[in-house]
Amino acid sequence: MSNNVLLEVKNLKTYFFLDEGVVKAVDGVNFKIEKGKTFGVVGESGCGKSITAHSILQILPPRGKIVEGEIILHTENGPVDLAKLNSTSQEIRDIRGKEIAMVFQEPMTALAPVYTIGNQIMEAILLHQKNVTKEQAKKRAIDLLGRVGIPNPEKRVDAYPFELSGGMRQRAMIAMAMSSNPSLLIADEPTTALDVTIQAQILDLIKNLQKEMGMATMLITHNMGVVAEMADDVAVMYLGKIVESAPVDEIFYNPKHPYTVALLKSIPKVGKKVKGRLESIEGMVPDPYNLPTGCRFHTRCPSYMKGICDKEEPPEIEINTGHKVSCFLYGGR
Amino acid sequence: MAGYVVRRLLGLIPLLFILSVVVFLIIELPPGDFLTVYVEQLRTSGVLVSEEEVARLVKQYALDQPLYMRYITWIKNIILHGDFGRSFRYNRPVVDLIKERVALSALISLFSIVFVWIVGVSIGIYSAVKQYSVFDYVFTFIGFIGVSVPSFLLALLIIWFAYTKFGVYISGLFSQQYVDAPWSWAKFLDMLKHIWVPVIIIAISGVAGNIRTMRANLLDELRKQYVTVARAKGLSETRLLLKYPIRIAVNPMISTIGWTLPAIFSGESLASIILNLPTIGPLLMQALLAQDMYLAGSLILIMGALTLVGTLISDILLAWVDPRIRYRNAGGE
Repeated sequence: MSNNVLLEVKNLKTYFFLDEGVVKAVDGVNFKIEKGKTFGVVGESGCGKSITAHSILQILPPRGKIVEGEIILHTENGPVDLAKLNSTSQEIRDIRGKEIAMVFQEPMTALAPVYTIGNQIMEAILLHQKNVTKEQAKKRAIDLLGRVGIPNPEKRVDAYPFELSGGMRQRAMIAMAMSSNPSLLIADEPTTALDVTIQAQILDLIKNLQKEMGMATMLITHNMGVVAEMADDVAVMYLGKIVESAPVDEIFYNPKHPYTVALLKSIPKVGKKVKGRLESIEGMVPDPYNLPTGCRFHTRCPSYMKGICDKEEPPEIEINTGHKVSCFLYGGR
Repeated sequence: MAGYVVRRLLGLIPLLFILSVVVFLIIELPPGDFLTVYVEQLRTSGVLVSEEEVARLVKQYALDQPLYMRYITWIKNIILHGDFGRSFRYNRPVVDLIKERVALSALISLFSIVFVWIVGVSIGIYSAVKQYSVFDYVFTFIGFIGVSVPSFLLALLIIWFAYTKFGVYISGLFSQQYVDAPWSWAKFLDMLKHIWVPVIIIAISGVAGNIRTMRANLLDELRKQYVTVARAKGLSETRLLLKYPIRIAVNPMISTIGWTLPAIFSGESLASIILNLPTIGPLLMQALLAQDMYLAGSLILIMGALTLVGTLISDILLAWVDPRIRYRNAGGE
């Protein structure tokens, strides 16, 4: 089992040191990603899911720092702790784009406007593959563009990003990420900025490529439907912590944490009778500079137990094989 | 692209015509003419000038002809013979006066422009990349002072400082013995010794301006997603900065390159007057004061024409470096 693990994140803490105070964007996160599997991370905006992904590649904004924890990547040459590497070192740069590639949220701005998509894909190829000539790199770029479903790739390779639609740009981004056969693809809200019909196409594309190339995917989204469609395992994040993690069926059919339950209730369901408004989660996301004491969800939780939830942080409890939850409802007192 | 350039060149013809008319009208606008100023000067210095004498002068300078006739004669000679008329005050052809000074104007301007671009842009890049560092604050402070202190004031301060502290009188471009000497190697070396003071004084506000602009442009670009994408690809920081954000941040500045063309011709006027530099700027100012209409008109006409040509050069350069503009032009045809 353990030799199937590709990436292990242990007690990761990423803080932002701002003038207004310290923001604990990621505060003690643990998870494992297995080879070839899809790991979904869900949560509201600002819960730290993107920052977790950026921490793995050490591409945090200037004020963000990993203050604690390990990020262990199992490569062919043994395990490497990415959290210990300097963010500008050659070692981490050899992993970025080669072992771990990333697809971003905004295909409109993710490609630089002044270079052709071919140029930007070739750059990634030439950077990580030794002894490749420019002509070979271009051939490979055309091949990749064809594989991600861009019609007429011989012509499109010389197109500028602004000549392509959002969906096409995201395909080009995926082609770029695939260029060095990564063992892990981090997809940070890859379909959020796209039309619904295009969303399904992009998700299918990622799924197929994953099967073909045997890579693992870390899929970050706020969309429960996307998780249901794509993920093998799911982690639910709230304010910098993973509150519940389980195989995808467990999350959907046997949710335990009140936050997960609330998230699932807030999705409209096809075929169910509509009675009034959709359910929403009570209250507001707390101020990130002043996080609530105890369980961070207690200010909005329908099962809030006074004197317990606001005093101590709930420990992580494994209630089923692979199903972990951090909530006092399930013990830990 | 070629069609675009040809169209823009043809478009210059009506603009130049309008420019010449406006220039001529503006020069005629103030009451009186060169002779009123000249006769007034003679009278105040005690010389008796009879009415017949004045009438003779009016005829000699062709000031009795109607406005449009003088304009037609002036513009015809410029187009057909490259003859910009005679300066009343110097009693010499305008072309000779310009020839005498244009080389030095261009030399000082070119030196200061190179200085402005190299120093301004590189400090701007440093300031943006190391935002909020100690040196960023220092350069920002210097930048604000440089932008807000006019160069003539700076010139006065430096002259005063050099004179009171070191007993050196900074004036002109040459030592006393070379002022009227013909050009020689020794005179050239002597000029190099003097030229850096005006170059720095004239350049300082431009440097400060470029620091501010480059810093702001680059900060905007650094926050864009394509920078994170390039970093996630595994590019080194230096290569990343040069290829993506800097390349794009310089584009808006290229659109101002055209304005340096008239500046190369005239040099900075006020500081040049104070520093007693034999450039075009002070010549224009004296011509305007004396209502030396053909000299002033020609200088303004040339500067206006150079502004138009410079803008055209900027536009072509910008289309050449930025595909977004290039393709929009092509699409508009």
